[in-house]
Amino acid sequence: MPDPSFLFAQSLSGLTAAMFLFLIASGLSLIFGVLRVLNFAHGSFYMLGAYLAYQMVQWVGTGPGRFWWAVLGAAVAVAVLGGLVERLLLRNLYGKDELYQLLFTYALVLILSDAAKISWGTGQLSVSRPASLTGSVRIFDTIVPHYNLFIILLGPTIAVAFWVLLYRTRAGRLIRAAALDREMLGALGIDVSRLYTGVFVLGSFLAGLGGALITPVKTIVPGMDVEIIVEAFIVVVIGGLGSFWGTFLGAIVYGQVLSFGILVIPRFSIFSVFALMAVVLILRPWGLLGRPLK
Amino acid sequence: MTPARRIPWPLLVALAAMLVPAAGSRFWTFVATDVAILALFAVSLNLLLGYTGLVSFGHAAYFAIGAYTCGLLMKKAAVPFVVAWPAAGVLAALFALVFGFFCVRLTKIYFAMLTLAFAQIVWAICFKWNDVTGGEQGMPEIPYPDLGWMGALPYFGRFRTSDHFYVLVVALVAACLLVLRRIVDSPFGRILTTIRENPERAAFIGVNVRRFELAAFVIAGAFAGLSGALFGIFNRGVFPDFAYWPKSSEALIMTLLGGMGHFWGPAVGALVLLVLNQQITSYTEYWPLVLGTILIVLLFVFPGGIVGALADAAHRLRRTWR
Repeated sequence: MPDPSFLFAQSLSGLTAAMFLFLIASGLSLIFGVLRVLNFAHGSFYMLGAYLAYQMVQWVGTGPGRFWWAVLGAAVAVAVLGGLVERLLLRNLYGKDELYQLLFTYALVLILSDAAKISWGTGQLSVSRPASLTGSVRIFDTIVPHYNLFIILLGPTIAVAFWVLLYRTRAGRLIRAAALDREMLGALGIDVSRLYTGVFVLGSFLAGLGGALITPVKTIVPGMDVEIIVEAFIVVVIGGLGSFWGTFLGAIVYGQVLSFGILVIPRFSIFSVFALMAVVLILRPWGLLGRPLK
Repeated sequence: MTPARRIPWPLLVALAAMLVPAAGSRFWTFVATDVAILALFAVSLNLLLGYTGLVSFGHAAYFAIGAYTCGLLMKKAAVPFVVAWPAAGVLAALFALVFGFFCVRLTKIYFAMLTLAFAQIVWAICFKWNDVTGGEQGMPEIPYPDLGWMGALPYFGRFRTSDHFYVLVVALVAACLLVLRRIVDSPFGRILTTIRENPERAAFIGVNVRRFELAAFVIAGAFAGLSGALFGIFNRGVFPDFAYWPKSSEALIMTLLGGMGHFWGPAVGALVLLVLNQQITSYTEYWPLVLGTILIVLLFVFPGGIVGALADAAHRLRRTWR
């Protein structure tokens, strides 16, 4: 039996990873739930968020509070890009075969990854932690950086904010209605196409935010887009595509399975999460907390 | 039947392909081998995509299983190619049977996700199981099959070993494509098309939809395995990337580029994509950027792919002449 403080540290690192994954996967799940598009480019938006945060830190410097402006700026820039992509291109593919939508978003992955290489090169980039969160605390003999603690608290905060938006506001009711029956919503006089753009922008914003916030704990490298999108897919599949709390649960399960899987079967920890995904798909294709598709 | 249709085009193309090494260019023989092998991979995928209407996002799994099976048998057990190659197809088919059993229970996007999940499992195993698959480093130095006897033949005598392998590839791929063509033209193939058009209706007239889908999945997996086995030898090594999802999407892109509504579409797609790749990578390292742009143009302007666009144009020409 490994000692408890080690298990705690392991679980905490899994939790930090889970909160980032939640940020990314919730946008992916939202877009799928409403637009019925599985967005491969979601990971690319996350990557762009990271690169843009780096770029903006270069521009605004590292004074107090500057980091947060850079993060916000990066997320907003990614959201705008998402809006343009949806307005100009993606909307022409609604109602066509899913394969076309999948390949369209895959084409974006290819283009954006090269665009990032052209703009920022192929080297590793990093951003230092904001001045206000450079310290750390000791919990149960484990050193936990303030920044990680901030992320662990931010995850549930965003989850709650997101929940309030979806279940307690008019916009949220419309989003949920669009997920159930887009034609009926249109017939009731709602501008569904604007709503779609809004959802895509919101999802892209979350991806960009996740990418920007991860820069202090992870180096920015080409290929981070493909890595995260596979993880985010697993999370939403485990939790249930389009299910909000499912994504939260899926992210936590994923983080824990990965960080404890390393202890049990070190060489096959990647294997364990894919296996988990396959088992969920076989037994409950709609995910742990999702609803079956009609 | 018009006279043009009576000419056995596929046979002529196969014979013409045999002439490529005679041009003496090592480079073009290399490209042609690549095209022939991946054409088989893409056509096998199209059995699912275009004929049965199943979007598989994990076809690379069977490609990789075939490649590893043939590679392991030939390199570690010194099994001759005549045994190792069919074995690759059989093992890929067995895996397709097991994975497909679960996949065909799901529909649409969930089918795609589960095929992807299984492919990623195969990838993870190939990537980590160092003792057998060589792990991340892959398995280099797969031997060529013994083709010394070709040296005794009149026309092929002066070719290099890689040219001999190319001739073998063309012959085997042509045979596989012929079999696949027979399959899609058979009553079995027609039932697959019925399932694509309307699964509920197919079920009403007494077709066991899942069983037919599974059969298509297994056949597609077997041929993907056969093409993977050839690719491992051609590539002089087998690597975990063979099962990684970008490989699956490569086959999807070839199929779409050529046109999934036609039997030869994916093969044309493989030809165009690989030749373009060779040409463009000599100018710029940003091939993905070019590919992504091509893909977007394709999706918005020519959703029927190259063969679809040509068929449309030919149809229109014929109408204006009349």
